[in-house]
Amino acid sequence: MLTYIIKRILYAIPILIGVNLITFMLFFMVNTPDDMARSQLGAKQVTPQMIEAWKEQKGYNKPLFINPKATGIDKITDTLFIQESIKLFSFDFGFSDSNRNIGEDIKQRMMPSLAIALPSFIIGIVTNISLALLLVLFRGSILDTSMMIVAVMIMSISSLFYIIAGQIIFSKLWHWVPISGYESGWGAIKFVILPIMIGVFAGIGSSVRWYRSIFLEEINKDYIRTARAKGLSEISVLFKHLLPNGMLPILTGVVVIIPTLFMGSLIMESFFGIPGLGSYTIDAIKAQDFAIVKAMVFLGSVLYIIGLILTDISYTLFDPRVKLG
Amino acid sequence: MKITLLWTDIMVWILLFSVVAWGWIISYSPQVQKQWHTIFKSSIAMISAIILLFYLLFALLDSVHFRFKMKLSDNYQSNMVSLLDIAFEHRIKTKERTYSAPFALKEYTKDISVDKNGVTTQIYKPLKYVHSGNIVINSIKSIALGGIISFLLIWLHITWRKKRNYSSDIPWKVGYITLFILITIFSWLYIMSFDYHVLGTDKVGGDVLYQSLKSIRTGVLIGVLTTLVMLPMAIALGVSAGFFRGWIDDIIQYIYTTLNSIPSVLLIAATVLLMQVVMDNHPKWFETTLDRSDLRLLFLVIILGVTSWTGLCRLLRAETLKISQIEFVKASKAFGVSKFTIIRKHIIPNLMHIILISVVLDFSGLVLAEAVLSYVGVGVDPTMYSWGNMINQARLEMAREPMVWWSLFSSFVFMFILVLSANLFSDRIQVVLDPRNDV
Repeated sequence: MLTYIIKRILYAIPILIGVNLITFMLFFMVNTPDDMARSQLGAKQVTPQMIEAWKEQKGYNKPLFINPKATGIDKITDTLFIQESIKLFSFDFGFSDSNRNIGEDIKQRMMPSLAIALPSFIIGIVTNISLALLLVLFRGSILDTSMMIVAVMIMSISSLFYIIAGQIIFSKLWHWVPISGYESGWGAIKFVILPIMIGVFAGIGSSVRWYRSIFLEEINKDYIRTARAKGLSEISVLFKHLLPNGMLPILTGVVVIIPTLFMGSLIMESFFGIPGLGSYTIDAIKAQDFAIVKAMVFLGSVLYIIGLILTDISYTLFDPRVKLG
Repeated sequence: MKITLLWTDIMVWILLFSVVAWGWIISYSPQVQKQWHTIFKSSIAMISAIILLFYLLFALLDSVHFRFKMKLSDNYQSNMVSLLDIAFEHRIKTKERTYSAPFALKEYTKDISVDKNGVTTQIYKPLKYVHSGNIVINSIKSIALGGIISFLLIWLHITWRKKRNYSSDIPWKVGYITLFILITIFSWLYIMSFDYHVLGTDKVGGDVLYQSLKSIRTGVLIGVLTTLVMLPMAIALGVSAGFFRGWIDDIIQYIYTTLNSIPSVLLIAATVLLMQVVMDNHPKWFETTLDRSDLRLLFLVIILGVTSWTGLCRLLRAETLKISQIEFVKASKAFGVSKFTIIRKHIIPNLMHIILISVVLDFSGLVLAEAVLSYVGVGVDPTMYSWGNMINQARLEMAREPMVWWSLFSSFVFMFILVLSANLFSDRIQVVLDPRNDV
């Protein structure tokens, strides 16, 4: 088991290097340090001296991949690519355009993001699985068909409309919760409850359809027929036999997104003014702050890769049929 | 007058012609005929297909651009107009001053006015470009117009059907009714648009109906052209990974795992931002603002394509692995048939259902993604008409009393109908084409 996990982690390293290469190409080759300097300095008349000074200050004045001036191993290591890669891999994200420490900001903003993402995730899974089971219990009935039509409709509405409609109905008309804002501690509940509800509702359509089809695939299998033949009621067949077996593909399917919950939700956070990582990213994109965007791209990829490793491990833990290879 | 095509215009027409040609070629296969027959046996599939065609028609009308000669000299005007613009000319330049509700005769906000005696009062000023037409008579007119047009189309279709001896277990009647309703609704909107701002006006007084119709092109193009970018990559890489295996498979798997692990919104955002910097540094590339926003749309489509091929590629790789183990492929290998012939004749035809299902499924996702991306600020150009931009502008006015709801409402309705019919149609395709289902 341990060797398997170590193997999986080792396999993640080349992927991380690839991600690093892609981010480097995007942020330093497509958009060269000279371009960055020009758009940062902003002025119409930018002299080459000013560009050089800016690059010097940011530490971008080295060659991209090979340094012809250096000798020996420094030829490769004393370059922008290696220098930036080492910084990223040690999670040293540097400073934003407004001179704030990006690493510190990320640490601070993780909690508000989690306060929305984690409850939406858990409540979402529980609701969706219960709804899917309900539909499977009444499969073929009017309830089933009409709920499936409703599910397609829920899927067909942009999440922006759920947020706007939620804000109009619950905050503006009924004054149940504040429109936006955040405070730390238990006072956060009144701010996060609406985003959580909206997040759960917007996800119902696609998830219930998916889970229902998983359960329906299981329900025609022999062990279900045997359970029924034993004389078990339909309800206990569903909960004792169908649910554990159907949960397997669902759980292993959602494990991959658990680490990325830290990243928060882009639009939800910015609509509700929650100071999480999602709104951090949006603000950075709108202000064209490349240092922050770069940090978030890298962080997001690392979390996703952790999710992939967790998925593989969860397969071996939950499904005894999977052999360790 | 001369026809000037934008880059995206050219792409969309190429795509249309290749799809038509491809459809014409494969329509000779009896198996394909039977499949499509089964798809259209469902009334829901019929209705949603007709709605999708209607949207496509608007996108195509908006994809033929002209430039008119200037009045005094022999040069051409710098601004381009599409066929849709020509049809809606009466609502392009007639800009009000600010918001007005649908069918309103007066402005939405009070304004100071000074009368003859020098007394200032606050009144709702009348709108400049509306006249109170007779709604009842115009409605009757539009029903008659819709009836005539749809009757002609239906009559043409029936004669064509009789010639071909088409079987009648396809719900043609449902299709005809949908066609009649759609044409009537549109002719009602169109006739009314001469008298009123049917869906109101936005902050700078632009007509919301016109904006919503212009947004159709943006939405449809993002959904359709992304596929054009994505498909060749997904098919070529997925099939070769599954067919050749070994180190080719390893490399391709590595590429898509790497690309996949970057959160797609962030990757799109980063790429679009960088592209913006490049475009800002080269202002000479674009003659007009339309050129500029069009090129940005093209870039966006390419970026979306590059970031979204991985899912389909993985599916195709798995399916190719499975197919190449089946006896008929092994037999053709043993007969010495060349690898590319095997791929062309045996592998790709058996992947068609996966490709088709994922194309239609992706379409609705992309239309929805456009709105979110525009909100984040990395979508289409802010000067371009799109549902995302409409929502984005309307969102800022939520706090006003009474609410400015019509921009939101129109973009919601237009988007919802398009995405819903795409979803329903793709469901039907999936049910029929997926070999695991028995229809």
